[in-house]
Amino acid sequence: MGEITYLCCGSGDLQQPNLSVVLDRLEIIIISGDCMKVLVAVKRVVDYNVKVRVKSDQSGVDLANVKMAMNPFCEIAVEEAVRLKEKGLADEVVVVSMGPKACQEQIRTALALGADRGIQVETDAELESLAVAKLLAKIVEQEQPGLVILGKQSIDSDNNQTGQMLGALTGMAQGTFASEVNLGDGVVAVTREIDGGLQTVSLKLPAIVTTDLRLNEPRYASLPNIMKAKRKPLDVKTPADFGVDVTPRLKTLKVAPPAQRQAGIKVESVEQLVDKLKNEAKVI
Amino acid sequence: MTILVIAEHDNAELKAATLNVVTAALQIGGDIDLLVAGEGCAGVAESAAKIPGLNKILVADNAAYTHQLAENIAPLVSELAAGYSHVLACATTTGKNVMPRVAATLDVAQLSDVTAVESADTFLRPIYAGNAIATVQSTDAIKVITIRGTGFDAAPAEGGSAAVEAVSSVHDAAISSFVKEELAKSDRPELTAARIIISGGRGMGNGENFALLEQVADKLGAAVGASRAAVDAGFVPNDMQVGQTGKIVAPDLYVAVGISGAIQHLAGMKDSKVIVAINKDEEAPIFQVADYGLVADLFDAVPELNKLL
Repeated sequence: MGEITYLCCGSGDLQQPNLSVVLDRLEIIIISGDCMKVLVAVKRVVDYNVKVRVKSDQSGVDLANVKMAMNPFCEIAVEEAVRLKEKGLADEVVVVSMGPKACQEQIRTALALGADRGIQVETDAELESLAVAKLLAKIVEQEQPGLVILGKQSIDSDNNQTGQMLGALTGMAQGTFASEVNLGDGVVAVTREIDGGLQTVSLKLPAIVTTDLRLNEPRYASLPNIMKAKRKPLDVKTPADFGVDVTPRLKTLKVAPPAQRQAGIKVESVEQLVDKLKNEAKVI
Repeated sequence: MTILVIAEHDNAELKAATLNVVTAALQIGGDIDLLVAGEGCAGVAESAAKIPGLNKILVADNAAYTHQLAENIAPLVSELAAGYSHVLACATTTGKNVMPRVAATLDVAQLSDVTAVESADTFLRPIYAGNAIATVQSTDAIKVITIRGTGFDAAPAEGGSAAVEAVSSVHDAAISSFVKEELAKSDRPELTAARIIISGGRGMGNGENFALLEQVADKLGAAVGASRAAVDAGFVPNDMQVGQTGKIVAPDLYVAVGISGAIQHLAGMKDSKVIVAINKDEEAPIFQVADYGLVADLFDAVPELNKLL
């Protein structure tokens, strides 16, 4: 019998090559790292240009008729995943979003930017980071991505938690607040924006990356790509499909506007400014 | 109630931000222990023991904890957390990196960036970049919290004598490793610890012009910051950024030079005690939050300010 080379590519079939014949000699070449799936999570939030208003009954922020968009940090996550695919380092980009049906818009946006396939976890419940991380952990289990990329925080709840929580639940390493991501052989080097400078860590794959602003500059979707995105597959699931309890752990008792700062005075000259700072405010 | 505070340090010294977290813990009330996890960090533990009001200092001294890797620190904190009602850390990049991993391990929610304590289970935290303040109650048995330092005064650093106790538990997940760190070297104070900050925006025109601000900063013992516009334009590095996506600061004096005052910048500095704005556009929104506004060309005003100080 001759020599057979089984070339196996992608992450799903690496563990169990599906061979139905018994062979005398089998050589398995695994191209690891080169071909892998990237999972990206995106969130639908109030557009960052909108100045939000607190409802008069202090029950929350008024979201009626407010422009919604993909969270800016999530756009960076999608961009990074698409670039990995364009460089030939990833073979599939799967994008996930969770929330009401409307969040399919953000999945379609990601598909127009170059993601291949979408998963929506549909729910009208308000999902806390822990619930999102639990659902993502189930999707990670199913999809077996080599890399999960998320925004470091959403600009509505400003929690900065989901990626790290997913790390705990899956046992994966995390590269948070990333400004540079370099895939190597079975590892990823992530440069992180930390207080006072930059830190580089090396993480074993599969791993989690959360994006900071300077990781990349997201592209705009072209019209043909927006049209094409409409035909890309989008699976709809529910939290119950994954057996995840999404009951909130936190109760928001009230949402109030911040204390307003009053405008002070205009000074006429630098001299007057220095005098005020020394003798009135007494801060210098 | 028993509270565990995670110390912020670099193995050599205790970071001042820890003192603000201790104040938050004192406001919650109860016995307070402080964890120093690192390597060769006995000196840090010694200085932490002097903070008044602490019950004991736990020291986990091991090579696995040298660089505060979340994959190793989080299991340690999660293990210790079982005996506490609250686990608190600074809302710094270190705290933000580690604490959600702790919360998920414990199967509890986390309260991020808490700015005020209302009761042992109810806290205030900003949402929407500080455009709204939420009062949030936790129903979890263990409350995992990051504290925004600007919301709390620093606790005294001297006067106490807490017992120091070694923690032998070692967690090395062996899935992550430290490669390198490039920290900005400066003789000026750190942004988040400075009493005075002078920041430049897009109006500075280029990175070289920040030297004008540095001269003033050196006379005042101030830190130099920047708006996101200045960072995005490539004038200065990102770690100088003050704002929603950068550092949140609340110094005694904040001088905004050539900064228009976008919401995202205001979110990072509007809790400063005194705000000064220097801008040639008298319509700039920064003037709406400034205690003292000077409508002038910064290239005239800043050198003159430097002369008068």
